[in-house]
Amino acid sequence: MTEEIIIAGFGGQGVLSMGKILAYSGVMQNKEVSWMPSYGPEMRGGTANVTVIISDERISSPILHEYDTAIILNQQSMDKFEHTVKPGGLLIFDPNGIVRMPERKDINIYSIEAAEMAGKLGLSKVFNMIVLGGFLKLKPIVEMEYIHKGLEKSLPARHHVMIPENEKAIETGKGLITPVLVLN
Amino acid sequence: MKELRLMKGNEAFAEACIRAGADGYFGYPITPQSEVMEYLMAQKTHERTGMVTLQAESEIAAINMVYGGAGCGKRVLTSSSSPGISLKQEGISYIAGAELPCLILNVVRGGPGLGTIQPSQSDYFQSTKGGGHGDYKLIVLAPASVQEMADFAGLGFELAFKYRNPVLILSDGAIGQMMEKVMLDVQKPRFTMEEIRKNTPWATIGKTPDREHNIITSLDLESIKMEQHNHELQKKYRAIEENEVRYEKISCEDAEYAFVAYGTSARICQKAIEIARSEGIKVGLLRPITLFPFPKKVIKEMTSKVKGILCVEMSAGQMIEDVQLAVEGRVPVEHFGRYGGIVHSPSEIVEALKKQIIGG
Repeated sequence: MTEEIIIAGFGGQGVLSMGKILAYSGVMQNKEVSWMPSYGPEMRGGTANVTVIISDERISSPILHEYDTAIILNQQSMDKFEHTVKPGGLLIFDPNGIVRMPERKDINIYSIEAAEMAGKLGLSKVFNMIVLGGFLKLKPIVEMEYIHKGLEKSLPARHHVMIPENEKAIETGKGLITPVLVLN
Repeated sequence: MKELRLMKGNEAFAEACIRAGADGYFGYPITPQSEVMEYLMAQKTHERTGMVTLQAESEIAAINMVYGGAGCGKRVLTSSSSPGISLKQEGISYIAGAELPCLILNVVRGGPGLGTIQPSQSDYFQSTKGGGHGDYKLIVLAPASVQEMADFAGLGFELAFKYRNPVLILSDGAIGQMMEKVMLDVQKPRFTMEEIRKNTPWATIGKTPDREHNIITSLDLESIKMEQHNHELQKKYRAIEENEVRYEKISCEDAEYAFVAYGTSARICQKAIEIARSEGIKVGLLRPITLFPFPKKVIKEMTSKVKGILCVEMSAGQMIEDVQLAVEGRVPVEHFGRYGGIVHSPSEIVEALKKQIIGG
C-alpha cells in the first residue's frame, strides 16, 4: 500500500497540521511516511499545501507531481491541483469558496461541507479534522486507534484536552462526505 | 535509548547535534534553515547539556565564533543557506588552513545572489572545489533523507576530529523542510576538559607546565614553510580520498543505464527508476554520499556495465564534471537539471533518460 496525497488550501485552515497528524498516525501504525510542505512565497499570504505519503515500503521521492488523492480547500488549489490527480484517483473538496467545480471525468470526486459544519458546531479550530474524517471514511489507510496516538504525538501536551473534540470532528466528517462523481 | 520521532530535516539535524555532544552552535537565521537555531533555542541547550546556542550579529561573526570554539578543541557548528554560506567562506578557508574540526550545514536554496528560498543544488562547486581562497578541501556529506540529516551530525563531528578538517553537510531546502521518521541516537556526553587536554593536544586551552605553547593560525610569511604546510594538507586530502568515500547503489545489479544523483535529486531518481522499470528500462542509481571525496572509482567501474549515464542535479550541471572525469569518456554522460528553485518531476527524468541517453 502506498497512498500519495496533496492537501491544499489557505494558510490558517490547518492544512499542514492535518498532514502532520495523518503522517504521525502513520508512524504510530509502523508505516513509512513523508511530509513535504510548501514553504515558499505561497506560505506568506495565500495558499499552503503539503504532500503526505504513507506506505508499507521505503518511500522514494517525497516530492511528487501527481497524486492518488487531492484534498482541496480553496479555488486556487483547485486550479493548481485538479489536473494532478492520477486517473482513477480521488479528489475531495470543500465547496465553500469554490467558484469553479471540478471538471475531470476520470477521477472519483467527493465534496465535504466542512467549513459550514465547523461554523454550525462552533468548532472552527477542528475544521481540518472534519475534512480528515471525510478522507478516512473513503480511504481508511490509518486505523482510528493510531489516529488517536498521532494526535497525542503531534499536539503539544497543553492541547491534549482537545483530543476528544478532534476525534468527534473526525467522526462528523465521516458522515459528511458526499459523492459527486463515482467511477465504476 | 534510541528514539523514533517524526521530524523536519532541520530539526533532526539540530537534535542530533545536541545528542552528538556538541558544545556550541553559532548562526544567523535564513530560510530554509532557520528551524535549526529555532529548535536549539527552544530546547534550551544550555540547560539540557550545557551546549551554547548563540545568534550572532552576522554570518561572518558566526563562522569566526566557530573558528574560536574549534581552536579550543570543542565540538562546534554553524548552519546557513547559500547566500549566508557565501558570507562564511573567508572564515571557512581560515579554519581549513588552521586545520580545525567543525561542522557546517548548508541547506541550499536557489541562486545566484539572494535567489529564491526554494531547494536547489547549485552550490556543488562552492562546496567541493573551494568556496573560499586557497588550496583546501572540505569533507562534504550529502544527506538524502531526514535520517541522514541526523546521522551525518555525529558522523560529521567524527570525521572533523579524525582529520582536523571542516566537514560540510550539503543539504537542500526540500530535505531541510520535509518530515520523515528518524531514529535518534542516544545522548553522548560533551567532551570534558580532561578529554580535550588528552585528545586534542593542539587546542589552545591555556598553557600549563605540561603542555606545549599552542598557536593556531593560518598565516605563515615564510613561503617555504607555507609550501610544506600545503604539502601536509594535500597528504591529508589524499588520505581522506583513500579512506572516506561513501556511496549507495540502488537497482544497479542488472542496470543498462545509470543515474548519478545526490540528495533530493537522488530521491526523485528512485521514483524515476520505478517508472522506467515499469516500462522495461533497466536503470539504476549511483548516489554519492560523500561529494568530497567523490566516488570516482565506483563510477569508473560502472562504465563496464552501463551504456550511458545521466547526471540529475538541481543545477545547470556541476557534479557532472566530476562524473565525466571519473568516466574518462568510456560511455556517454549527459546532464539533466532543473534550477532556480524548481525540482524536477520523476517523469521528466525518465523522458530525459530516453531522449538524451537511450535515444542519443
